[in-house]
Amino acid sequence: MLQRPALSIRGVTKRFGEFVAVDDLSLDVQPGTCLGLLGPNGAGKTTLMRMITGQSRATSGHISVLEHDVSIDTRAARRVLGVCPQQDNMDDQQTARENLVLWAALCRVPRAERKRAIAAALETAQLTDRADERVTNLSGGMRRRLLLGRAFVNSPRVVLLDEPTVGLDPQVRGDLWLVVDRMRRSGVTIVMSTHYIEEAERLADDIAIMNRGRIIARGTPSELRRTHAGDEAAEYVGSPEVLDEIANKASELGLKTRRAGLSVSVLGAENTDPTVLESWGRHSRRATNLEDVFVLVTGEALDA
Amino acid sequence: MPKFDARSIPAIWVRELILFKRYWRGTTFSAILEPLIFLFGIGLGVGAFLDEIDGVKYVIFVGTGAVATAVIFSSVFPGMYNTFIARTFQKVYDGILATPTTAAEIMVGEALWIATRTAVYGSVPIVVTIPFGLTPNWEMIAIPFICFLTALGFTFLGQWISGIVKVIDSFSYFQSALITPLLFVSGTYFPISGLPGWAQTVSHINPVYHCIELVRDASFDRLSLSSWWNVLALVVFAGISCALSVRTITRRLVT
Repeated sequence: MLQRPALSIRGVTKRFGEFVAVDDLSLDVQPGTCLGLLGPNGAGKTTLMRMITGQSRATSGHISVLEHDVSIDTRAARRVLGVCPQQDNMDDQQTARENLVLWAALCRVPRAERKRAIAAALETAQLTDRADERVTNLSGGMRRRLLLGRAFVNSPRVVLLDEPTVGLDPQVRGDLWLVVDRMRRSGVTIVMSTHYIEEAERLADDIAIMNRGRIIARGTPSELRRTHAGDEAAEYVGSPEVLDEIANKASELGLKTRRAGLSVSVLGAENTDPTVLESWGRHSRRATNLEDVFVLVTGEALDA
Repeated sequence: MPKFDARSIPAIWVRELILFKRYWRGTTFSAILEPLIFLFGIGLGVGAFLDEIDGVKYVIFVGTGAVATAVIFSSVFPGMYNTFIARTFQKVYDGILATPTTAAEIMVGEALWIATRTAVYGSVPIVVTIPFGLTPNWEMIAIPFICFLTALGFTFLGQWISGIVKVIDSFSYFQSALITPLLFVSGTYFPISGLPGWAQTVSHINPVYHCIELVRDASFDRLSLSSWWNVLALVVFAGISCALSVRTITRRLVT
C-alpha cells in the first residue's frame, strides 16, 4: 500500500538567467526509504537539495516536506528536516560539542532535551571522546561524521545528505556509510545525492538518476539494472578498431553496448546466443552494474 | 518569506556567546585601549594648546566625543567583517538557513548582540574621563542606551556594506569615504559650529552627530525634551539600515 510521500516534488523548474538547473522535475520519496540521487557534477542535485530547504526558490512547481509546502511554510518544513551539506560549514574554531549546542538551539530542540540530543549526535558521529576538541583539530573524516551527526540533532523525519562522502578516502567513506546505514535503519526518510555508484548501491533502497536537471531513470538498483542493462555483460578488450567493430555488430543485433577506455561491454549477454558472442572474440562475463545503467541512460561517464 | 520569529534570537546569541567566550580578551582589549589612546593623545595633546571648547575643558570635550569613536569602531567593523567572513568564507549562514532560522533573524540577532556589547565598550571613555574632571551625574545612565541605539544602526550599516561588496578589500572604500568623514563632521574632535554652514547642515543627517549630542547632553546633565529629536534620528537611521541589511543579505543567501 502506498503511503503519503515524505517528500513530494511536483513539476519543479529552477532557472538562473538563461541556464536551466532543474527542469520540470517531479519526484516522490516514500517514508522510511533512502533515495539515492545519482548524477554527474552539474546535474542539478545541489540546486534541488537547496530548493527542498527553501534556500533556493523554485522558478515554478511545488515542493512539500511531510505536507508542509516549502515556499509557504518554510519554517515548518525546516523543522522536520535534517541537512548535511556538501560543503562543510561548521565553525571550526568551536569544539564539536559547541557546534552541536548551537545547532540544537537553531533547530529549536526543547531545552530539556538538548543535552540528550547532543550526546546522541556525538555518539552517532562516534566522537564522544573528542567532543571538546576544536573542529579545526579533527581529521577530514571526523569533521564529516560530525556534520552528519549534526544533521540528526533535531530528530528530523526527513534527512538530506548532499554528497556526504565526497573527496574522502575509501576507508573513511566506509565509516560514514555505517553511520548513514544506522540512520536508515532507525526509520527516517533519507535523500542522498552522490556521484559514487557504490555509495548509491550500498545505501539506497531506490535510485533516481539525474542529468541536466531531469530525472531520467528511477527504480531499485536491481530494477534499473534489469530494465536498462540486463543481468550480464560480455566484456571485450582490444584495439579501438576491433572494439568499434564489435559495437557495430552488437547494435545490428539490437544489443546495447558500453565503451569504457580500452574495453567494450555488450549488455544483456544472458539473452544472447553464446556462440555469437564467442565469434566476436575472447571476452569475460561479468554482472551488470549501475554504472552501465548510468552510462546508457545519460550517455555520460561518472567521474568515480 | 517566513514571518520574523523572535525565538531565533537566543539561538543566534548562543553562537555569539560561544565565540565571545573565546575572543573576549582581544575584543575588550582594543575596545578599551583605542579610546584611551585617543583621549590621551588628542585630549591631552591638543588640549595643551586649547584650553576650553564650548565652555568645557578640551580633554572632557574629546572624552565625551570619544564615545562615538568607540561606538562606531565596535559596531560598523564587526558588522562588515564578521558578516562577510561568516557568509562567504565560512558559509556559516548557509548552514544556519537550513534550520528554522531566516536571514533576517540572523542579521537582527547579531546586530542586537553587537549593540549590547557596544553599550559597554562605548561607555568606557566616559568612565575614563571622570578622573579628568567630568562630574558624574544621573543622566549618564542614559549613555549605554545611546551607545546601544547608535551601534544598532551602525552594525546594520556594516552588514549591508558586507552584502554589497564582492571582495573584502573593497571595505577600504567605505572606511575612507564614509566612516572617517562621518566621524569628522560630527563634533567628535571639534564643535560643528566651526564648520562652514553647508557642512553644519550636512552633519545634521549624520547619525554620529546625534549620538554625540545625546552623549554630551547626558554627560553635562542637560538632556531635555528636544533630545528626543536626536533619539528619533538614531531610530530612523537604525530602521533604514536594518531594512537595507536584511534585504541585501537575504538576496545574497536565498538564491
